[in-house]
Amino acid sequence: MHLTLHVWRQKDTRVKGKMVRYHADDINPDMSFLEMLDVVNWQLIENGEEPIAFDHDCREGICGSCGMMINGVAHGPRRATATCQLHMRYFKDGDTIYIEPWRSSAFPVLKDLIVDRSAFDRIIQAGGYISVSTGSAPEANSVLVSKQDSDRAMDAATCIGCGACVAACPNGAASLFTSAKISHLALLPQGQPERQRRVIKMIEAMDHEGFGNCTMHRECEAVCPKAISTDFIARMNREYLCSLLKG
Amino acid sequence: MELNPKVPSGPIEQRWDRHRFEMKLVNPSNKRKHTIIIVGSGLAGASAAASLAELGYHVLCFCFHDSPRRAHSIAAQGGINAAKNYRNDGDSIYRLFDDTVKGGDFRAREANVYRLAQLSGNIIDQCAAQGVPFAREYGGQLDNRSFGGAQVSRTFYARGQTGQQLLLGAYQALECQIHAGHVEMYPRTEMLDLVVVDRQARGIVARNLLTGRIESYAADAVVLATGGYSNVFYLSTNAKNSNATAIWRAYKRGAAFANPCFSQIHPTCIPVTGHYQSKLTLMSESLRNDGRIWVPVQNRDRRPPNQIPEIERDYYLERRYPSFGNLVPRDIASRAAKEVCDEGRGIGKHGLGVYLDFAEAITRSGVAVIREKYGNLFEMYERISGENPYEVPMRIYPAMHYTMGGLWVDYNLMSTITGLFVIGEANFSDHGANRLGASALMQGLADGYFILPYTLSGYIAAAKLDQVSLDCPAFQDCKSQLTDRVKRLLSIKGERTVDSIHQELGKLMWNNCGMVRNECGLQQALEQIPRIREEFWCNVNVLGGEDEINQALEKAGRVADFLELAELMCLDALERAESCGCHFREEFQAPDGEAQRDDEHFCNVSAWEYTGDQRKPVLHKEPLKFEYVTPTRRSYK
Ligand SMILES: Cc1cc2nc3c(=O)[nH]c(=O)nc-3n(C[C@H](O)[C@H](O)[C@H](O)COP(=O)(O)OP(=O)(O)OC[C@H]3O[C@@H](n4cnc5c(N)ncnc54)[C@H](O)[C@@H]3O)c2cc1C
Ligand code: FES
Repeated sequence: MHLTLHVWRQKDTRVKGKMVRYHADDINPDMSFLEMLDVVNWQLIENGEEPIAFDHDCREGICGSCGMMINGVAHGPRRATATCQLHMRYFKDGDTIYIEPWRSSAFPVLKDLIVDRSAFDRIIQAGGYISVSTGSAPEANSVLVSKQDSDRAMDAATCIGCGACVAACPNGAASLFTSAKISHLALLPQGQPERQRRVIKMIEAMDHEGFGNCTMHRECEAVCPKAISTDFIARMNREYLCSLLKG
Repeated sequence: MELNPKVPSGPIEQRWDRHRFEMKLVNPSNKRKHTIIIVGSGLAGASAAASLAELGYHVLCFCFHDSPRRAHSIAAQGGINAAKNYRNDGDSIYRLFDDTVKGGDFRAREANVYRLAQLSGNIIDQCAAQGVPFAREYGGQLDNRSFGGAQVSRTFYARGQTGQQLLLGAYQALECQIHAGHVEMYPRTEMLDLVVVDRQARGIVARNLLTGRIESYAADAVVLATGGYSNVFYLSTNAKNSNATAIWRAYKRGAAFANPCFSQIHPTCIPVTGHYQSKLTLMSESLRNDGRIWVPVQNRDRRPPNQIPEIERDYYLERRYPSFGNLVPRDIASRAAKEVCDEGRGIGKHGLGVYLDFAEAITRSGVAVIREKYGNLFEMYERISGENPYEVPMRIYPAMHYTMGGLWVDYNLMSTITGLFVIGEANFSDHGANRLGASALMQGLADGYFILPYTLSGYIAAAKLDQVSLDCPAFQDCKSQLTDRVKRLLSIKGERTVDSIHQELGKLMWNNCGMVRNECGLQQALEQIPRIREEFWCNVNVLGGEDEINQALEKAGRVADFLELAELMCLDALERAESCGCHFREEFQAPDGEAQRDDEHFCNVSAWEYTGDQRKPVLHKEPLKFEYVTPTRRSYK
């Protein structure tokens, strides 16, 4: 396969970036998207040009490091697939591909396709946990959890924190990410004692970080590599209202 | 160098309790005055950082990822072992201990393994309380499954994402402590060297990966939780950025490196497709519970699998190992796959693959049950290979996966450098010559949650710790050496990419120090590695600057260290003239082709001491005594 790429190049946060055109030749359909970029980078280095910087690590769709806009879609054309799991067999010979970093004011570009997603960590810090000091836990089977609740909690907990939801949202909201953690913990009996405080604190943090407001476009669900449902956003909103009323 | 394992005496069941009682305590109000550096925030590092911070220590935690949530631990799929005996199927602490010692082919320290088995239950309690959504039965209790090398069901899991859920649990505990101000987190910061002052580990020097600044950090103790070094082989199941720099630097500062040649191959990975391959994807071993492994009986049979009739299929594991069948330990399953492929019966384009077939399980239990158990793994397979495993058998092949070797530690998890602790995959501790499935998560969390917080406190309480200043020569020299090294890497401006040199090293290691080894191949590797290293230092091309994000530079530094570590691995493999667990030396096999241990000469840990770049490292041996589990030849027939 031979492809034309237009890739966002930006030296650092301070300078302005621009799209640069590259040719990707001899691309094998069995390559992953990141392997395609590796091959382009090897070529660039041979020509004395700096390779394209992008975050990646597991290359198995689980660490949440990778992520780029591919032809305007977060993580590209395949549903429920992170960039590292996208394979070139879903492109055609001769295609032109536009590759850009996540675009969101809460995720400043650090270099090329790398953005700063530390805002997500700060949302978790605000309350995305169950406080249980090491050693203080009761025997695991003394707290029963219905299979249904546990499965549902797992559906939410599978979020990889990649930020595609924010990048895809016209408002730059982080609601899918935040609601997934709130729902995961609210669905479990272990999460009950901090339930009200958690939702209030996390939503405050989300607003404080400069994420936009959710108006239910549901673009996030469409691009989420783990296909996390926007039902969790509705659940978060209910949790929030209830907590405000009770609080 | 003295190797004192400091194993407490007395009956094995009481050793840990007694030891905990005998260690000195640190006055709660004094803990705040002690700074602890933890490098790494995977399962081991995050659990340790959170637990030490809860105790009141001032913790500095470092990782090269943009967030602690991304550590390689996140990728563990299958599960975590614990001797809860919820299934009433005969499990016990003693059985988990026994299985682990045997699985490790009698090359682990009994007392450590026993403690691990003892703590396994507490880990599940802790994680469940944190909200880890483990799989449940309809009655609400925790579910279990079985895993390679065990005949009881003791593996706890969260779909095929157990590592993710356990890591998120530890990560959340860590974030909670960061918020409380008890942990200072340094993401995107890579430790490049250890600083030893007056023979005590007193700090690190690290590079800020955003700004390129090289900074020093001082502490009363340093903990390395930096994971394994499978990426020496270039292709492995490890995350792309996993590397050995932290432990290698510590080795060069005086920490003994134990059993470097003990590296594990995982039998069920997706086969390589081309030269551009950047990593190998593991298909959880839990699949072997329901999948049957086979190859055609005939050589070079190119028919599609569904056209090969039952009698022309060889379910070779079931045939050769009737009692464990598809669930034999990893090393045995991997070598068996290599053998059938070497015979010419391998499948797929390159003949380097075997089938893992779910047809029978699907007929027996229905698609829904199989989807419930393995849905996400099947999806992952489909995404990568473009084939649907509900319809055609998966193609799998062994790949480099885990390193049992690592820095030598005593019973307290302290290395041969006073004040330097090593936890998780980075140490050599509990798995001997072969790790059983679902035991790495258990070990990482046992180390981080339940062992280190005690033993590190014991050290702090007893140690004499003088003030150190970042201006002292130890820190200053280290910093200037590292600055020079960065400059040197950037100034070579040769012709080759870092990756191409890394690939060359990886291929050599896979062929000569991989699944099977022999004297001639190892000698050859020992001659070639210095040549590749020289090529690297003369002809690598690292572009970009030093004071910015520079991924090529990061990679170059890591590969430079792999190029040294590889040599130590081969040396160790050569010196260990026996086969044991994953270390399979062709010259030492039983008539039936199984590994032949030599307990008379090699019932020991091999710990290597660095003595200078131009000098051969010195080998020290820690003898292993087996008082509880009698060394026998492993048999899974
Ligand atoms: C695909 C896969 C599946 C697996 N499945 C299972 C399973 O089902 N069950 C099981 O028990 N085990 C499994 N394992 C093994 C297990 O996941 C690992 O052994 C374990 O997670 C290692 O944890 P760790 O905390 O020691 O290290 P890691 O998780 O590798 O963490 C290393 C940390 O150190 C940091 N770091 C490293 N070097 C530096 C440096 N120089 N400076 C700063 N920071 C640094 C990294 O940023 C990271 O935070 C699996 C492994 C793989 C590859
Ligand atoms: S690299 Fe880990 S999710 Fe893509």
